[in-house]
Amino acid sequence: MQQFDPTVITHNLQPIAAGLATTLGTWAAGVVIGMVIGFLIAVLQLFCGRWVRGLLRFYIELFRGTPFLVQLFLLYYGGPSFGLTLEPMTAGVLGLGLYGSAYFAEAFRSGFQSVPPGHLEAASCLGLTRTQAVWRIQMPQMLVLIVPALTNLIIVLSKETAVLSIVTVPELTFVLTGIGSASFAFVETLLMLCVCYLALVELTSRAGMWAETRIARFMA
Amino acid sequence: MFSTTVFVQGMPLLLHAALATIGVSLTGLFIGFFVAVGVCAARLSSNRAARRFGGAYVFFFRGVPMLVQLLLVYYLLPFAGINVSPLVAAISAVSLCSASYIAEILRGGFLSIPPGHIEAARMLGLSPFDTLRRILVPQAFRLTLPSLVNEMVLLIKASSLISVVGVAELTRTAQNIAASTYRPLEAYLAAGLIYFVICGALALIAHAAEFRLKHA
Repeated sequence: MQQFDPTVITHNLQPIAAGLATTLGTWAAGVVIGMVIGFLIAVLQLFCGRWVRGLLRFYIELFRGTPFLVQLFLLYYGGPSFGLTLEPMTAGVLGLGLYGSAYFAEAFRSGFQSVPPGHLEAASCLGLTRTQAVWRIQMPQMLVLIVPALTNLIIVLSKETAVLSIVTVPELTFVLTGIGSASFAFVETLLMLCVCYLALVELTSRAGMWAETRIARFMA
Repeated sequence: MFSTTVFVQGMPLLLHAALATIGVSLTGLFIGFFVAVGVCAARLSSNRAARRFGGAYVFFFRGVPMLVQLLLVYYLLPFAGINVSPLVAAISAVSLCSASYIAEILRGGFLSIPPGHIEAARMLGLSPFDTLRRILVPQAFRLTLPSLVNEMVLLIKASSLISVVGVAELTRTAQNIAASTYRPLEAYLAAGLIYFVICGALALIAHAAEFRLKHA
């Protein structure tokens, strides 16, 4: 058995840092895409008729009912069959965003729903239109209510970025397992991988708690 | 062009592989449940060291991606002198990971039982073991059943990752079909459809469990 050798990590700090940067980049891009699409879906669900709502519901269930890995394979390997050839990185970010969008849509929807109906009745009594009630009454309250759920989803997506290594996106897992296979230093590289992800998750959850206490001021 | 032949001819193979997916997930849920009972007991224990251990377990297994846990088990066990087959490594990783989530579900269940029930049981002369067996466990089980079925959905989806270490489950079989027919779109669509049906069925079960819980 080999000796524990931390120099495997220290000699490869530059590629590891690049991998971490890729992880952070794909994560951030995936979260932003997911939030934007998810928000649009949740708002459309409020305004549209039964057919559109049913269609959006199907979209959400489709992405929540299949593994992220299969979605990624469909996009990356299946894409060329219908003329959509993507770089690994593009496919990864897009896949992450689409996958996240279904979960974000559900979070936004439940946020809209947990605004007390009395507030909407009061709004309509005061003569606000439906659009005004959504933008001025439901939206601000919803955004405060769903902070914990959003933090949770952002953490889930940070862990899903590891799956992108399977389609050769050069992120942290890909870089470190590559170093591990080349040097047979699996213990060192996998430990480093765990430390990085634990730090990432812990920092995100702390940031989420901070955001929660900050934003609680608006809910008197 | 979309090849219906690949889609249809691949189905029997994929359905057979889906049994492996369900088998691994169910085994993971089952073993994970027993590990989780221990972890949950440690977290709720009055012993500080046990609480620390339970907290650390949950922190680690919920903070590290499932894929990394799988690689850990797959690469590190041989280093420790334990040679395991990919299937055993996969089941161990799935069990250990699900245990951390189930432990939190169970903890939530136990904590939501009103303390008055425990006091009443003690007053009626039930031993601590009888209190656990007749008062706490039945209630916690009913309270957590929907979440446990939900966990099963998560496991079905997470088990797609074990294709990476070469276990011939649904995703791996779809990969093989894609490689031998050069038709990835059809192969993965078929696999996705099967996952969708399994998860949909489980979601319906969770929904029914929740409904029964509310009206019990």
